[in-house]
Amino acid sequence: MTHEQAKTSIGERFGGAQVESAFAGATADKPGSAEATAGKGVALTVTVPVDQWTAFARFAKDTLGCRFFSFSTAVDWKEQGLEVVAKVDNVDTGLSILMKSKLGPGVSECQSLVPVFRGADWMERECYDMFGIRFDGHPDLRRILLGDDWVGHPLLKSYAVDTPHPPYR
Amino acid sequence: MTLRLDDPHNAQGHPEHSRGVSVDTPQATTRVELDYSGGERLTMNMGPQHPSAHGVFRAILTLEGETVVAVDAVIGYLHRCHEKLSETLTYAQYPSIASKTDYVAAMTSEFAYVMAAEAIGKIEVPKRAQYLRVICSELQRIASHLLWLGTWCMDMGGALGGGATIFLYAIREREAILDLFESLVGARLLYGFFQVGGTRYDIPAGWADQCRKTIADIDSRIGEYEGLLEDNPFFQARAQGVGYISRELAEDVGIAGPLLRGSGVNFDLRRSAPYSSYEDFTFTVPVETAGDCFARYRVRMVEFRESIKIIRQALDKLPDGPISSRPGLKSVAQIRIPKGEAYSRVEGPRGEVGCYLIADGSAKPYRMKWRGASFSNLSVLPHIIPGHKVADVVAIMGSVDPVFGEVDR
Repeated sequence: MTHEQAKTSIGERFGGAQVESAFAGATADKPGSAEATAGKGVALTVTVPVDQWTAFARFAKDTLGCRFFSFSTAVDWKEQGLEVVAKVDNVDTGLSILMKSKLGPGVSECQSLVPVFRGADWMERECYDMFGIRFDGHPDLRRILLGDDWVGHPLLKSYAVDTPHPPYR
Repeated sequence: MTLRLDDPHNAQGHPEHSRGVSVDTPQATTRVELDYSGGERLTMNMGPQHPSAHGVFRAILTLEGETVVAVDAVIGYLHRCHEKLSETLTYAQYPSIASKTDYVAAMTSEFAYVMAAEAIGKIEVPKRAQYLRVICSELQRIASHLLWLGTWCMDMGGALGGGATIFLYAIREREAILDLFESLVGARLLYGFFQVGGTRYDIPAGWADQCRKTIADIDSRIGEYEGLLEDNPFFQARAQGVGYISRELAEDVGIAGPLLRGSGVNFDLRRSAPYSSYEDFTFTVPVETAGDCFARYRVRMVEFRESIKIIRQALDKLPDGPISSRPGLKSVAQIRIPKGEAYSRVEGPRGEVGCYLIADGSAKPYRMKWRGASFSNLSVLPHIIPGHKVADVVAIMGSVDPVFGEVDR
């Protein structure tokens, strides 16, 4: 599937999605150029409305063949709220999709990708640990890297690096 | 009171006097039956200091007899919050910290970070630096695979005639590579060799010859190690058919590197999305379809030889010129990356090491997400371990080759 075909296909199914061309770093030596990746597949950044997060992941997996789950994470844009990010690949054609969705100011709830990709299990637990995002539909949402009694979510911009925490017991 | 050991009433009150306890006493009725017939489950804690855990990893195993029926993996013991830390360090400072994520393959960790910064800043990397990066990444791959080979075979210890045999050979070869790194960088484990725009050091006089000699030695010995292992029926029994990962599960969980290629997926970033001039070299990407521990072992054994091939080609064709496109720094905050974002990925020894970087125009990143290959690889364990015996857990763990600095970050 070429760059344009993938774009059209996404546009047809998800009218509310914004599709941008290759994200920088798809091939690092020729940053940001769509031609550089043309022979080796394409990379797209797709921003979807938050209520279509899981539906889009399902579409990317089933229709675009992006079955390889690379990672998911979040970004804290301060007063604009949190944004979730996930990346999926089609290992046969080289199509890479970086999918994003803004949760909106003050919102920390999001649909889970676990029903679509099993790899989202630990990634979303980490995301919950670090950002406090509650993933609806996650089977086992608890902290993963920090201790169960940790207070706060360190990757939020409101969490200062030198936040004191009680000594380990 | 005089204690009479032959009196059952006294003995019951003092259970440490086992001599006096008869099997008819109430305590004895709860003993575990040896001829286990199932039904009752046992929870067993493995780790975090288990010698086969390759770091600090705790697995809470639920057993039925000797068969594992459920695994709860507990990680985070080595968590340093690299992602928060990177927001407080400049683009000049962080690369040497990035090497502490995957400390067994420090070169490739640094690589992912500087590549992301270069992608956003559209910073050219001189050809010589690209080749030096390739040489070091491939040496690192060999060193990392050697450590994996040694420790994995030691995990399966007794079955391989003494256990430490392969380990000592592998460590001997790895030492030779660490010597090369030491003469290049001055450090043996964590290098700081990469910097945004190129590499920090050029190879010293005589280094290339020493490198050729080292890889020739390793090349000539890999076959012996293979023979030592594959001619051993115990090794075969413990590796073949154990820890099967289907292609579907592999992609779904996002495991990468030798695990993915051991499950029949032909995906190697050096080939699929070439970076740093990898398209200049000829090499094969080994793919095995069996999906078991043995398949993963075979993939890595072939990768030794392919890495050696790449290093030879890179040394032969090493271009002249500068090693960095960037002038020397007067302050650590001198590198400023314009607003933008990038996801860069390199093929580390354990698979896709990715760095998702968001720059805001200052000297420090706004956000950095580290996709540790080991984190994704390890998350497949709860899917594949159930159904195996406890002893197989050790073999499967080793075949996944996790490095906990990268899992916990």
